[in-house]
Amino acid sequence: MQLREKADAGGVDKARLVEALTRVLPAGALMFEREALRPYECDGLTAFRQLPLVVALPTTEEEVAGVLKACHELGVPVVARGAGTGLSGGALPHPDGVLLSLARFTRILRLDPHARTAVVQPGVRNLAISEAAAPYDLYYAPDPSSQIACTIGGNVAENAGGVHCLKYGLTVHNVMRVRGLTIEGEAVEFGSEAPDAPGCDLLAVMIGSEGMLAVVTEVTVRLTPKPQFAQCVLAAFDDVVRAGEAVAAIIAAGIIPAGLEMMDQPATAAVEQFVHAGYPLDAKAILLCESDGTPEEVAEEIGRMRAVLAASGATDIRVSHDEAERLKFWAGRKAAFPAAGRLSPDYYCMDGTIPRKHVGPLLEAIQGMEQKYGLRCINVFHAGDGNMHPLILFDANQAGELERAEAFGAEILELCVALGGTVTGEHGVGIEKINQMCSQFSRAELEMFERVKAAFDPAGLLNPGKVIPTLNRCAEYGRLRVSGGRIPHPELPRF
Amino acid sequence: MSELVRQWQERVRAAAADGESLQLRGGGTKDFYGRRVSGTVLDTRAHRGVSAYEPTELVVSARAGTPLAELEQLLADRGQMLAFEPPHFGAAATVGGCVAAGLSGPRRLAAGPLRDYVLGVTVMDGRGEVLRFGGQVMKNVAGYDVSRLFAGSLGVFGILLEVSLKVLPVPFAERSLRFDCGESDAIRRLNDWGGQPLPLSASFWYGGVLTVRLSGAAAAVQAASAKLGGEPCDEAEAARFWLAVREQACAPLAQETAQPGGPTQPLWRIAVPSAAPALELTGRQCIEWGGGLRWLRTELPAQAVRERAHALGGHASLFAGGDRESEVFHPLPQASMAIHRRLKQAFDPAGVFNPGRLQDGL
Ligand SMILES: Cc1cc2nc3c(=O)[nH]c(=O)nc-3n(C[C@H](O)[C@H](O)[C@H](O)COP(=O)(O)OP(=O)(O)OC[C@H]3O[C@@H](n4cnc5c(N)ncnc54)[C@H](O)[C@@H]3O)c2cc1C
Repeated sequence: MQLREKADAGGVDKARLVEALTRVLPAGALMFEREALRPYECDGLTAFRQLPLVVALPTTEEEVAGVLKACHELGVPVVARGAGTGLSGGALPHPDGVLLSLARFTRILRLDPHARTAVVQPGVRNLAISEAAAPYDLYYAPDPSSQIACTIGGNVAENAGGVHCLKYGLTVHNVMRVRGLTIEGEAVEFGSEAPDAPGCDLLAVMIGSEGMLAVVTEVTVRLTPKPQFAQCVLAAFDDVVRAGEAVAAIIAAGIIPAGLEMMDQPATAAVEQFVHAGYPLDAKAILLCESDGTPEEVAEEIGRMRAVLAASGATDIRVSHDEAERLKFWAGRKAAFPAAGRLSPDYYCMDGTIPRKHVGPLLEAIQGMEQKYGLRCINVFHAGDGNMHPLILFDANQAGELERAEAFGAEILELCVALGGTVTGEHGVGIEKINQMCSQFSRAELEMFERVKAAFDPAGLLNPGKVIPTLNRCAEYGRLRVSGGRIPHPELPRF
Repeated sequence: MSELVRQWQERVRAAAADGESLQLRGGGTKDFYGRRVSGTVLDTRAHRGVSAYEPTELVVSARAGTPLAELEQLLADRGQMLAFEPPHFGAAATVGGCVAAGLSGPRRLAAGPLRDYVLGVTVMDGRGEVLRFGGQVMKNVAGYDVSRLFAGSLGVFGILLEVSLKVLPVPFAERSLRFDCGESDAIRRLNDWGGQPLPLSASFWYGGVLTVRLSGAAAAVQAASAKLGGEPCDEAEAARFWLAVREQACAPLAQETAQPGGPTQPLWRIAVPSAAPALELTGRQCIEWGGGLRWLRTELPAQAVRERAHALGGHASLFAGGDRESEVFHPLPQASMAIHRRLKQAFDPAGVFNPGRLQDGL
């Protein structure tokens, strides 16, 4: 897991690189002193750290193109970075590469309230878009919990979601157009402000591509009218499986809630200490189920939600009476990360997604794993989408705990794949889940991913070593999805 | 792997070895769409059937040859639907053809395009490899989103064997309203309404009449209808009307010829930013998707139509009729075309599948 700091750059002439970049960047936009590089050594997944050779902080697209062209010419890897809140090590620097920060691209270029679109630079923070749109009663719908900090460029790269994406969609559903630069420094338009751009849907491939295909330099997002009104139902259950079944029952009743989130008992206890929201602490699980729209619409939907939750065996149902109470219900859900941070010096957040029907059984399995690995795990997650976020608590200063946490996380992800799900719903593969990719995909599929990457980045210089495991790595990890019980990669050495 | 898929695998490998091209075809209802292709037909219809459907998961998985009508009936029986309202263009339409064509119907205004509903695909590439991308869950960022790349690809990358689609509940209530208004007025109104939290689910303007559909909770439809005014349509008539829009069975979308078998005017599909002003091109025109889609029946040269679309920030494709040997879709900029070519190479190195159907060289 720990990539050791590398003092010398293998194969790359740092002096030549610095010289080439100095030519294309203004003063103050290039950093190469060790201490200046330190803040860039990791993203939100702090267990992995690595210093880059240099950090480039351009302010114009032309400068980005200059950096990319220089790197292409010298064969130097480039890792793009937004705010560095990613949770899978996607923005982890390459030891022999340039860390290309888009943090200075913070301008909203155009906001058209009539057409409900905004054209923004990649370093614009997610929440800043909604703030700029607020005077027109519009907002940018995807709302990751990190929205005060994370950038739209990072959101595009991870296909970020939020608590409201069950109804309003993920980044891929709310971005109309992306302008990017290839590693050759050439501009490409993906998607369009008009529906159904010509050609194949390269925009869909760009979204969620974790900085591996092109560097995003401009994004057109769709803005959504703000719902007039919202109300939230808090339902308590004395059994996690029953709470999972209630989620399915809501959907089966034809309801698509604005948000449908679950917290298990340990999570509820942890956040309650933090926010004092008055959560029922004796419940094994609680569901937060939100409705938004016109007041009439919300009243109709809340009535329906209440009935389904009651019929599903909820032991306590509360409906928010006013906006203050609604925000209080959500306060705990939103404070899950800080609460985990309070319980334990370190935590590890997983992101597997499974069919909804397996939510209860997976939670039970995780309880079993807590015994096996001797670590606690709390669960706060997007139940409506089946997107689980187990937070494994550990202390990196205790010998062996980090390794146990990693093994615990890996087992959860393996189980997600076995249950018909995926190893990552919204945080990306990055460097973190690269081994589990071997379980989810066959050799031919992984090879196809390589070819897709090469179609965009023939030189293989954009964020190399992330997302797609090499076949050697899969052999080492000892897993690869196989059919017919054949041993994967008999030609590769076993470890 | 089924026996049929194994046969296709051999077929594809043989074609790749012999430099032969294969024309992928379901019910053939969209043969008119895209550029003219030649090659031996590979009919997908024997590979049919819904392989998984659990209404509480909001996901259905079906083999490519499954009749689209059969799938939609199955969903309707459980109060669910394909929210993008795909056009069938004939009873023989298949699920695979629907996804490969990537066409969405009137409800795209609210629900988004077909590609938003593609959760996963199983495909056969030009090497005869069976590959799975995406899955059956709502959120998935493991690897590149290859499934959506297949939506609207017109079969140039490979054979769709199976697709998993997100489905949605049928709205509790619907009502359609009609307004007398001119083109520019319609575009302005639709964009004004689009900026408000109104449950608009479809719009159609033609010949001085704007029709909109509201869908959602009964209370929401009621409140929006009171707010918008207009003339309410009879429910059964509204259902027929939207079906006709979806299936292009109404003017000016329906093919009208002076005599049977006679020449029809080409139909252009012009996509523009929703608030773009009137096209001002000669021909008969109608507007869908809140202003974002302008259909035009015209004899104007392709160049004139494309230039105008481009000037408005959009693009134009020759949807039906006209010259289908030349490019029918809006030409791609060079940088994008280069990526398309390399992707074609990646999936179909021997150029077996539907060569040229989407663009010359793909
Ligand atoms: C407390 C906390 C809560 C979170 N909650 C959520 C949540 O609710 N939902 C969710 O989806 N995620 C969540 N995240 C994860 C993270 O915030 C998102 O993945 C976010 O999209 C990352 O944005 P960023 O600007 O920080 O990107 P970074 O971390 O800087 O980069 C992420 C990836 O994007 C690439 N990248 C960045 N900018 C560009 C660009 N301009 N062009 C090309 N590639 C680029 C990087 O190379 C990297 O691979 C959370 C993280 C934290 C710390």
